[in-house]
Amino acid sequence: MSSRRSGRPADRTLEFLDVTDLADPLLVVKDLHTSFRTGRGTVHAVDGVSLTVGRGKTLGVVGESGSGKTVLARSIMGLLPTRDVIRSGTVQFAGHEMTTMAPAQLRQVWGAQMSMIFQDPMTALNPVVRIGRQITDSLRLHLHMDRKEANATAVELLRSVGIPSPEERVRWYPFQLSGGMRQRVMIAIALACGPRLVLADEPTTGLDVSVQAQILDLLEAMQSERHMAVVLVTHDLGVVAKRADEIAVMYAGRIVERAPTRTLFAHTHMPYTRALMDSIPRLANPSGTRLQAIGGRPPDLIHPPKGCRFAPRCPYAQDKCRESDPPLRTAASSDHVFACWFPLVDRVSADGSATSSASAVDREAPSS
Amino acid sequence: MLSYLLKRLAQLVVVAFIISVLVFLLVHLLPGDPTVSILGGNVTAANRQILLHELGLNTPLYHQYWIWLIHALHGNLGQSYLTHETVGHVIATGFPIDVELIIISQVVAFAVAIPVALITSRRPNRPLDNIATTGTFGLLALPPFLIAPILVAIFAVGLHWFPATGYVPFSQNPASNLHDMILPGLALTAGSIAVYYRLLRSDLIMTLQEDFITMARSKGLSNRRIMMRQAFRPSTFSLLAVAGVNIGALLAGTFIVEYLFAMDGLGYSIVQAVQQRDYLLVQGIALVVAIAYVVLQFIIDFLFTVVDPRVTRE
Repeated sequence: MSSRRSGRPADRTLEFLDVTDLADPLLVVKDLHTSFRTGRGTVHAVDGVSLTVGRGKTLGVVGESGSGKTVLARSIMGLLPTRDVIRSGTVQFAGHEMTTMAPAQLRQVWGAQMSMIFQDPMTALNPVVRIGRQITDSLRLHLHMDRKEANATAVELLRSVGIPSPEERVRWYPFQLSGGMRQRVMIAIALACGPRLVLADEPTTGLDVSVQAQILDLLEAMQSERHMAVVLVTHDLGVVAKRADEIAVMYAGRIVERAPTRTLFAHTHMPYTRALMDSIPRLANPSGTRLQAIGGRPPDLIHPPKGCRFAPRCPYAQDKCRESDPPLRTAASSDHVFACWFPLVDRVSADGSATSSASAVDREAPSS
Repeated sequence: MLSYLLKRLAQLVVVAFIISVLVFLLVHLLPGDPTVSILGGNVTAANRQILLHELGLNTPLYHQYWIWLIHALHGNLGQSYLTHETVGHVIATGFPIDVELIIISQVVAFAVAIPVALITSRRPNRPLDNIATTGTFGLLALPPFLIAPILVAIFAVGLHWFPATGYVPFSQNPASNLHDMILPGLALTAGSIAVYYRLLRSDLIMTLQEDFITMARSKGLSNRRIMMRQAFRPSTFSLLAVAGVNIGALLAGTFIVEYLFAMDGLGYSIVQAVQQRDYLLVQGIALVVAIAYVVLQFIIDFLFTVVDPRVTRE
C-alpha cells in the first residue's frame, strides 16, 4: 500500500487477495466530499460522508431526490465527470485506496471488483448493441475469455437472472425487452465478473411495482449466492427495510442517521428518518388514507441553510437547530449514529417508540 | 424483403417519370431553341422552320414528350443536336467520372471527419476541439472553384505531382486515372469534411452524456473502446441522413470542378447542353441523375437499418 502513495503507475496490476484481512470491512469511506462547479456556484452534492460496508453485507442508502445518493454512489466508484468536479476524502476498497488510483487502475476495479446497477434500464443499455455483447464486453476484458466462452457465460448469466430462452435473447437488442427484463439484463451485466461490491442506484425506481419486488429478490438471491456486498441506494425506505443489514439516511448531501436496520426502526433518533418512515404507504390503512408527505423542499445545495439542514422542514425544530449544525454523534449503541440536537427518543417515551417502530420493520415493504 | 424491393422499384419508376416530365417542361420553357446553336446567329426564319420541322420541335410538347418516352423505354435516348454523339454514349463516358469524383471526395471526407470528431468530441471546447472547429469553418467557407485553382497552383504547377487538367479514362489505365482524379476529388471534399465533422462531433458529444456511456465506463472499458464500440454507432444517424442529401447534391453538381479540370463528366455536359438547348442530352442526363439519386437514397435507407436495429424495413 505504501509504495502506491509515491506514484501512480498505470500498468500496475492490482492484487485482490481474499486471504488477508477478511474480517476487515470491504469498503471504508471517510469524510467524502463531492462538489460540482456550476454557473450558479458550487453544489456540495456529497458533504462529508463516512460509512463502512462489510463483505457480503447490504447497506441501504435512503434519501429524497437530490439528497446526494446517486452522487455518493458514483463518488465511491470514482465514476464522475472529469471536469468541474471536486472530490476529497478517502475510499478504501478491499485494502486499496480508490481516490488516488490512475484511470487505468480504476478500470481494473470497475466491472471486475466493483460494479454499478443503474436506475433507468431504458437509458443505461446501449440501444444499438446486442445485450449479449453488453455482457461479454467485461467478461472478455476482465476475465480474458474468448468469444465462445464469453457467449456461453452470457447465456448462463441471463438464465440465472431469470430471462427465459436466454440462448435466443442473447442476440436481442434492448428495445426488444420489457423494462423488468432490461433491469434483469443490467443485473447480469453488473454481476458478470463476480464483483465484491455492487452499487445499486435506485435499481427498481423505473419499474412497475409488481416487478420491483422480483428484481430486489433476484438481487438478494444473487448476493447471497456470490457473497457480494451491496450498497442499495433508494428513495424508498420500504425497499431497504427488510433487505439491508444497515441503513444510512441521507439528507442534503450528508448522512443524518446510520444504524443497523432493526436499531434504526426501533430507536429512530432523527426526525427526518421518522418522516421517511411515515411516508411509506401502509397496506393496513383504509383506502383513501392520505399519504404523509414531508412538507417543503430539500435545501439548495449551493447555499445550504445555516444550522441543521432539515430545520426548515422539521416539525420539532427549535432556535438551536436554526443556529448551529448538529454533529453526527453516537446513540446508545455504538453502531448507531445520528445528527440531531433533539433526537426523538428524548421526546417520545421509549415504550411507545419501540412498539410503533417494530411494526414498521415487520410491515412488509409496500413494494415487496 | 422481396416485396420491399418491389415497392422500392415502383417508387423509382414513379420518381424517374416525374423527373423526366419536369425536366422536359423546364428545358422547353427556356427561351430559345437549339437552332441558334446549330445554325449560328445569322439565319433566316425559313431555314429555322425547316430545321425545327426536321428535329420534330414544331409539334405540340406532349407529342414531343411522348415520342421521347417511347424511345427512352426502348433504350434509345437519342443523340446530341450538335455533336451527333448518342446520349447513351455521353452518359457512358461521363457518369463514371461523376461517380469516381464523388467516391474520392466522400472517402476522403469520412476518413478525415470521423477520426477528428472521435478525438475532439471527448474533450469539447478544449484547444484541439477549437482548432478543428475553426478549421472546418474555414473549409466550409471555401467553395470548390476557389480550392481547385489553389490545389492546382500548389500540387500541379508548383510540385508537379498531379496534372493540372485532363484525365485518362479508367478503362485505359486505372492507376493513371486515379492519379488524375485526386486533385478534382480533393477540390470537392472540403465542404463535406466540414459538414460531416461538425455533425458527428455534436452528436458524439450528446451521446457521450447518455447513461449507457456511464454504464460502459462502469464496466471498465477503455475510452478508446467506448468511443469506437459504444458511442460511434448511435451518433451516426444524422450523419447518414445528411450524407445522403450531400452526395445527392454532388450528382451532376460537380460541374465547376469538371469544368476547371476539363473533364467530360455529366455535370459539365448537362450545363453545356442546357446552354445550347440540346434538349435530348439534357433530358437523358437528367433521367440518369434522377435514377442515381433514388438508388442513393435507397442505399442510405438500407444503411439506416444496419446502423440502428430499431429501424426496420417493415
